[in-house]
Amino acid sequence: MLRIDAMRAIYPELEQCVVVTIMGAVSAELQSIGHRPNFFYLQHAMGLASSMGLGIALSRPELPVVVLDGDGSILMNLGSLTTLARYRPTNLIHIVFDNESLLSVGGFPTATSTGSDIAGMAASAGIPNTCTVDNLGAFSDAFATARAVGELTTIVAKVEAKGPPVFLTDLPLLENRFQFQRHLRNLRTTG
Amino acid sequence: MPVSVKHSQLIYDALKACDVQLVSALPETWLVHLIRMAEDDPEMTLVRLAKEEEGVGISAGAHLAGVKSAMLMQNHGFLASINGIVSLAHLYHIPLLMLISYRGEFGERDPWQTQGGMSTLPLLHSLGIPYDRLDDPAHVARRIAKAQTLAESSLSPVALLLGRDLMWEE
Repeated sequence: MLRIDAMRAIYPELEQCVVVTIMGAVSAELQSIGHRPNFFYLQHAMGLASSMGLGIALSRPELPVVVLDGDGSILMNLGSLTTLARYRPTNLIHIVFDNESLLSVGGFPTATSTGSDIAGMAASAGIPNTCTVDNLGAFSDAFATARAVGELTTIVAKVEAKGPPVFLTDLPLLENRFQFQRHLRNLRTTG
Repeated sequence: MPVSVKHSQLIYDALKACDVQLVSALPETWLVHLIRMAEDDPEMTLVRLAKEEEGVGISAGAHLAGVKSAMLMQNHGFLASINGIVSLAHLYHIPLLMLISYRGEFGERDPWQTQGGMSTLPLLHSLGIPYDRLDDPAHVARRIAKAQTLAESSLSPVALLLGRDLMWEE
C-alpha cells in the first residue's frame, strides 16, 4: 500500500475532520491531494503531532480530530501513547503510517523493521482500539469503524517506503498555522 | 511535606484569573499541591504527562483550538522540552506559559538537582525566552498575569521560575 493512496481513500472524510500531520512525505502528499484550512502540518518537532492532536481533542471535544503520524515520529515519543490512553478522547483517531523507515533522511530503517509493533505497544499502553492493516480495503474499513465507534483508536497502516521527490511545498508554515487557528475559531462561532 | 499550600493556592488562583483552562504537568515535589488543585477543579483539564515535551504539543494544540493553557514542570522538565520549544513553539509562534520549579539554586540540599539548577538561566537566555522569578507571594498574581499577557501578545514561550522561598517552608 502506498501512503498517498491510503490518504486518498479517506480524503473525503478528512475534509470533515481536524487533521494534524507530521512532517515530510505525509505533509507533502496530503497537500498534493489538496490542502484544506482544517489541515495542520507539523513540519518539525518530531513526535509531537500526537500530543498536538490530544491538545486539540481535549480542548474541542465537539470536533473530530485525526492525527497522521509516522513510525519514526511516534517512536520518538512513545510516552504519548500512554498519555493518549490515559485521557482517551473519543474524538481522536491516531493513524500511524509505518514504512519501517526514516524516509525523508535517506531511508534508514526504524525499529519497526526489526519487529517492534506499534499497534501492540498502543494496545499495551491502554488505547482501547488498535489494529494493523496492510491494504487499502482494510485501511478504509478500519478508519470507517473508528469513525463509527467514536472511541480512541490507533490504526497502524503498513505502507511502502516511497515518497514524493521533494518535501517542500508552497505553503509557508506560519500561513498554515494562522489559517488553521482561524478556521478552528470560525468553527466555534458558526457552531 | 513543607511545600507551601498557601503559596501554591496563590499561584493556582492566578492561573485561574488568567482564564487558564488546561494544565499539563509532570509531578515533582514542589508542584504536588498545584497538581492536586488542578485535579480537584472540575473546570480545569489536567493532563498528566509521561515526559514534559509532550506538554509543548498539548499546549500548542490547545492554543490553536482557542484554549489557554499552562505547563507545570521542574527545570529538568524544561531541559527535556527544549526541542519542542524550539521546533514547535518558536517555529510556529505559539505562546507557552511555563511554570518551572527552580530546583538546584542556593539552598538546594539534593545533590542531583544542582546541575540542572546551574543550567536553567543560561538556557533561558540562549533560547531568548523571557522570564521572571516568583519568590515573593506579593508578586505572584501580577507576574503571572503579566507573563501570560506577554506570551499571548508576542506569541512566544515565557517562563516563571518558582523559587525556593515561595514554594518551600523550611
